[in-house]
Amino acid sequence: MKRLAPYLLILPGGLWLAIFLVVPMVFMASVSTQEGDVVNGFVQTFNFSVYGDALAQYQTQFLRSAGYGLTATVISVVLAYPMAYWIAFKGGPRKSTYLLLVLLPFFVSFVLRTVSWKFLLADDGMLLAPLKSAGLVSGDFHVLQTTVAVIGGLVYNYLPFMILPIYVALERVDPRVVEAAQDLYAARREAFTKVVLPLSLPGVFAGVLMTFVPMTADYVNAGILGGPENTMIGNIIQTEYLVNNDYPTAAALSFTLMAAMLIGIFAYAKALGTENVLEAAAR
Amino acid sequence: MSTTGLGAAAPAAAQETAPAGRGRSRTRIGDRLLKVYVWLIIAWLFLPIAVMIVFGFNDTKSKSNVTWQGFTLNWWGRLGEYPELTRAVVNSLQIAVLSTLITTVIGTLMGLALGRYRFRGQGATNLVMFAAIASPELVMGASLLSLFISSGVQTGFVTVVIAHVLFSLSFVAITVRARVIGLDRSIEEAARDLGASTWVTFWRVTFPMILPGVVAGALLAFALSIDDFVITQFTSGALQTFPLWIWGATRIGVPPQVNIIGTLIFAVGVAIAVFNTVLSRRRT
Repeated sequence: MKRLAPYLLILPGGLWLAIFLVVPMVFMASVSTQEGDVVNGFVQTFNFSVYGDALAQYQTQFLRSAGYGLTATVISVVLAYPMAYWIAFKGGPRKSTYLLLVLLPFFVSFVLRTVSWKFLLADDGMLLAPLKSAGLVSGDFHVLQTTVAVIGGLVYNYLPFMILPIYVALERVDPRVVEAAQDLYAARREAFTKVVLPLSLPGVFAGVLMTFVPMTADYVNAGILGGPENTMIGNIIQTEYLVNNDYPTAAALSFTLMAAMLIGIFAYAKALGTENVLEAAAR
Repeated sequence: MSTTGLGAAAPAAAQETAPAGRGRSRTRIGDRLLKVYVWLIIAWLFLPIAVMIVFGFNDTKSKSNVTWQGFTLNWWGRLGEYPELTRAVVNSLQIAVLSTLITTVIGTLMGLALGRYRFRGQGATNLVMFAAIASPELVMGASLLSLFISSGVQTGFVTVVIAHVLFSLSFVAITVRARVIGLDRSIEEAARDLGASTWVTFWRVTFPMILPGVVAGALLAFALSIDDFVITQFTSGALQTFPLWIWGATRIGVPPQVNIIGTLIFAVGVAIAVFNTVLSRRRT
């Protein structure tokens, strides 16, 4: 009985994950090689050509998603690091208050926050209207439906997922280690680049992992803040599944996206050393 | 030189002989600039929230609630004007409560197993949990929809609850596991030495000790559920939730009532967060 205890405890959750996370992947693989349409039904034909067709047709959106995801991730690291650094080392007793302030906006629905940005950035909205009436920007200047709006929205919506892991890593750095470096005649800059920065890299790694993947697969920001020129692969998958009901194409695109991401993650992990990926995975 | 304050370097020798010299003051300026920067980012994070709250009071005449047209409490009185919106909010709450209950129970069991025992398959469980957290919601939603389409399951309330339990389960299990690992087991042994059965020991000793982890996990699951858009959109069929309703309304104009409901949800979230902070401060 005692030996069975962990298995009995893990059983309900394990089954849930197996049935609704692992099994659906098999069904998605199956759907991606079917042929047919919604009216007449789909038949399993092991038609793999849909992968090539879908990839050829939506190559632009794939590349655009990767580009947007990468750009937004880099911007997020640059914005998040100094912030996490200051909270971890100079936040003092108010550290948790600052973290709470970072998280509080996320008590508001993701979609609603993005819609608020749409209002803010609208052509006659609060940010552009005053600039236009002051003649600072031309009348036909707009931000909505541009790449800037989409990437800005991505950075905005995922920034805390970059700040938090970097903060956690910096928080773990013992200030005495930094003091020791300085006692050994390291200048402040050197103490940072040779001691603090390397110790915080696992946090940056976790942050990149937590933001790049969802940013690249996101379709809410491109859907609300972008225009036809900024559609990402997520928008295509969503439309193919839920509007056009072209399930095989949608499934093939989803699979390709997932495969590309897995390859990306492993390449990234390899470049940084596998130790880090295990550490990040274990957390 | 450095305006980031990360390394306002002064020669080490100068630092030793004159600790209050130029290097120090430059550091202080760097720190101050960084503090301003931190507050700017926080202001940026709150900007759309402020817009949301303020525009719930906007005396807008048209359906597009974009420009400020004066203060009114009108919309607060007409909160229930859109029955489908009200229905969507109720659906969101029902889904969140039900999926939180299921997730908390089975996630706590998982957390206990992972934190307390070493068993075969532990590594595989950790890996699947990691996959559940790391895989994009879009792929999870798409694969679930593939399963439901292939097996002829009608998507709706039940399938949304299934999906919500799926993506919040790992978070709850990890939160509880952390708490279980931190437990002092000698207290349980003492209870057992004093004649308490396994069952009594769990409910009277272990459970109260892991309760903060369970509560934190439950709050997280609730927050994730009420906010979710992507997986919900894939698994909901004709069912509407609050975020789905907003998404649908963006094309025709979002009425101020949405801002008010968002404000209310935000207020409840802030209240819970503050309550939680005060509670955890008292405990330590």
